[in-house]
Amino acid sequence: MATDTRLPVAGRSRPRRSGRTRTPVGRWLADHLVLFIGILVLVYMFVPIGYIFALSFNQPSGRSATAEFESFTWSNWTSICEPEGLCDSLRLSVAVSLTATVLATVLGTLMAFALVRHSFRGRAASNLLIFLPMATPEVVMGSSLLAMFVSVGLDGALGFVTIVIAHVLFCLSFVVVTVKARLAGMDARLEQAAMDLYANEWQTFRLVTLPLAMPGIVAAALLAFSLSFDDFIVTNFTAGQSVTFPIFVYGSKLKDFPAQLFVVGSIMFLVSFVFVVAGELWRRRRSIGLG
Amino acid sequence: MSAAPVPAGPQPGSETARRRGWGWLLLVPGMLWLAVFFLFPTVQLVFTSLYDPSGSYEQGYAMTWHVANYVDAVRDTWNLFARSFLYAGIATGVCLALGYPLAYAIAFKAGRWRNVMLVLVIAPFFTSFLLRTLSWRTILSDQGPVTSFLQTISVLPDDGRLLATPVAVIAGLIYNFMPFMTLPLYASLSKVDYRLIEAAGDLYSSPFTGFRKVTFPLSLPGVVSGTLLTFIPACGDYINAELLGTPKQYMVGNRIQAAFLTEHNYPLAASLSLILMALVVLMVVVYVRRAGTEELV
Amino acid sequence: MADRNADLRLENLTKRFGDFVAVDDLSLTVPNGSFFALLGPSGCGKTTTLRMVAGLEDPTDGRVLIGEDDITHLRPYKRPVNTVFQSYALFPHLTIFENVAFGLRRRGVKDYQQKTRDMLELVELGGYGDRKPGQLSGGQQQRVALGRALINEPGVLLLDEPLGALDLKLRRQMQIELKRIQTEIEVTFVHVTHDQEEAMTMADTIAVMNNGVIEQMGAPADLYENPVTTFVANFLGQSNLVRADVIDTAGGDVVVDCHGQKLRLAASRSHAAGRSAWLGVRPEKVFVAASEAEDHTGVNVLTGGRVTDVSFVGVSTQYLVATPWGQELMVFEQNTGRRPAFRNGDEVDLMWAPEHTFLLDADQDAHAGLMTPEDIE
Repeated sequence: MATDTRLPVAGRSRPRRSGRTRTPVGRWLADHLVLFIGILVLVYMFVPIGYIFALSFNQPSGRSATAEFESFTWSNWTSICEPEGLCDSLRLSVAVSLTATVLATVLGTLMAFALVRHSFRGRAASNLLIFLPMATPEVVMGSSLLAMFVSVGLDGALGFVTIVIAHVLFCLSFVVVTVKARLAGMDARLEQAAMDLYANEWQTFRLVTLPLAMPGIVAAALLAFSLSFDDFIVTNFTAGQSVTFPIFVYGSKLKDFPAQLFVVGSIMFLVSFVFVVAGELWRRRRSIGLG
Repeated sequence: MSAAPVPAGPQPGSETARRRGWGWLLLVPGMLWLAVFFLFPTVQLVFTSLYDPSGSYEQGYAMTWHVANYVDAVRDTWNLFARSFLYAGIATGVCLALGYPLAYAIAFKAGRWRNVMLVLVIAPFFTSFLLRTLSWRTILSDQGPVTSFLQTISVLPDDGRLLATPVAVIAGLIYNFMPFMTLPLYASLSKVDYRLIEAAGDLYSSPFTGFRKVTFPLSLPGVVSGTLLTFIPACGDYINAELLGTPKQYMVGNRIQAAFLTEHNYPLAASLSLILMALVVLMVVVYVRRAGTEELV
Repeated sequence: MADRNADLRLENLTKRFGDFVAVDDLSLTVPNGSFFALLGPSGCGKTTTLRMVAGLEDPTDGRVLIGEDDITHLRPYKRPVNTVFQSYALFPHLTIFENVAFGLRRRGVKDYQQKTRDMLELVELGGYGDRKPGQLSGGQQQRVALGRALINEPGVLLLDEPLGALDLKLRRQMQIELKRIQTEIEVTFVHVTHDQEEAMTMADTIAVMNNGVIEQMGAPADLYENPVTTFVANFLGQSNLVRADVIDTAGGDVVVDCHGQKLRLAASRSHAAGRSAWLGVRPEKVFVAASEAEDHTGVNVLTGGRVTDVSFVGVSTQYLVATPWGQELMVFEQNTGRRPAFRNGDEVDLMWAPEHTFLLDADQDAHAGLMTPEDIE
């Protein structure tokens, strides 16, 4: 047994029957190295967010805002809609994402239920068809959709409807996979218990299955919304003359780049962050009872 | 075992959990969507790729079963394919190298900060992908802090650049696809019983051996789905190459995009798309076979 | 709805999963108000039987009846049967009160609130109504599951390994509690378990199941004292089984030859059809005596044994004794202090009364029903 030179590490220190003796510092480092690397990676992921926040307060001297930080101003935050088309593009993006999310979540949840709860011929083929869109590079999906829209004479009508069609398509597989995982992890005995306690099929679904599947469905919907809201590549092929927010950003990089874009970026971050934190707190309060 | 054989058939209960009947009807609307907007366009893309390339978007194309489109596509763009897979491969490898410690730290080391760290992994990605990539362009620019720092410590020559180099493009790919790697890894690792890792420490004594023999094999499903979710979109990406690179770093996605949207050369674009899709599916299948994971979705 | 106060009858019940026969042509009657245990190792078909009674599994063949009502193909929620599920299956998103009230509310019972409160009192969880299942201990969850089923006043209550998730001490306590409740409310309990001690403690009648069929059914003491198959002899408690040949069945007794020594037993305790048989005796029924030291009249004796192992267990001492033909037999002896314990190598005789002897058919595996390490949970 090694001589006890272990540093009293806060929390769990795990005695190890290793023959080697480590110095306290070396041991502490080894114990925390992974955590340290993890935090570094997290910091790396936040670097551009910091930039976006900083530049949202920048008062650019020239017309383009991508340059260095020059002087501080609040004015970008008070004039978000000033750049022409910016707020229209946001409105379109929200409308598209909400529509696509609802459609993809409903269709995908139904599919997940069918796949997990029912047996039928052609399950393997169905699984393959659901998997394929995820294995298809976005540029291929976008281009093939555009080619189809053009060939059926929709090239004049590209816009809201075609964008939604495309977004539902690439969100669908992710919804199915997410809800399926939740359903598969659910104890089938809970539904049997409900049936045993005089709930018929519909009541069992409404009172037990749906509430238990809900976290998976909500997670799938959030995933679909964020995939849809942020999508550029597929949208670029299917949008025609319509301008969603990512298309607006892409267009702006070629000409003047309004600093308000950074404001929108910051707000997106803040809103989603608050959303996620609130959801987490809510979940934590409820989960005390969920074990 | 004394007398009771292990049931050879399905376990009791599976029969009721999966009912036969009309349940498959739930699948119909979603499947129709996939068939009409995914299968049909893909089949159509096959036809488009065989059109006579001398036609044009305005005048229409003639169907001549022009298989030579593929030959032309490969001849002109094989280096783009090679570059795409190289960049995506490197990015996937680095994502795994960075994402694994992160996922491991969240799963086993974060304690009560676990959920906070998980939120922090996802949070940056609620900000527009394009905005984040554009801010990397600023950070990596010639006057930016990273370039200056690397020049100061002589890693980069004084006239060296980061932006417009393969390094910048790959860094962008790594950055943008990091959560696609981290989250499946975390999902897989969080299911691993930490006592198994402790038992490995107890039995093998070397943490590295314990990791190699116990932790890593148990997290393999997460590794497989994480690498797939990173590699597939990275192969087809063209935004990073466009915003952080120059035409010298362009990937096959840039070419497809240009062929479709600027040149309107549909036969070429279609054949490029199909080659890309076929190669990706082929690699996925080979990889999944190798990794020995059956269930993908 | 079926009469709640009637016997539960299973007629030729069969369930196949593909080629695997889980329950094979099973028929039995559970009298109203009795505590009935289905005992057997995992995979023996006991849970499948229970699930067919609950309506969670559709029988391949046969019928399930309560009184004269055929409930074989009724949906689970149309049966006067409730279940306490293995690991309880409490609804994690509902409170304890909502869990217990679930069945009443589905049936539209008006004063479900008062009834639920009463039931929570009965299972001693009065102050826990607002909690979620995850906040309760294993024993408390078990009582919720029981209350949730009992509140519906079922004709038959099914219990699927109800105590499996509890630790030993709590399990003992709940065994007594379950028996008390059953006696109080006089509802038919059908209890599925792989734990023979649990079944013997609680049940009036035990059916021992193996490979989809019932090996033997009866009161716990009858099963233990007079098993009819090697499986029951080994699965319920422990048995010494030695090879013997029937040499005389004249008169009321059966005389057998066991490796050259003559032993006898009552004909009612012989379940061997042919000449060749397994002779059985429980280890605690056997006395050890120093070689040739005691009177042998009226008892069965096996001479020429040698002690090979002695384990002191406090209340008793367990011996392994090697017979002249090389088999090791087990003997449990109370530590009465009547004489000093034997030691390894001592020459001994084994003696037991004819009425503690049983005879089983020789074409059975003598090891059937033995617990192997992987069976012990």
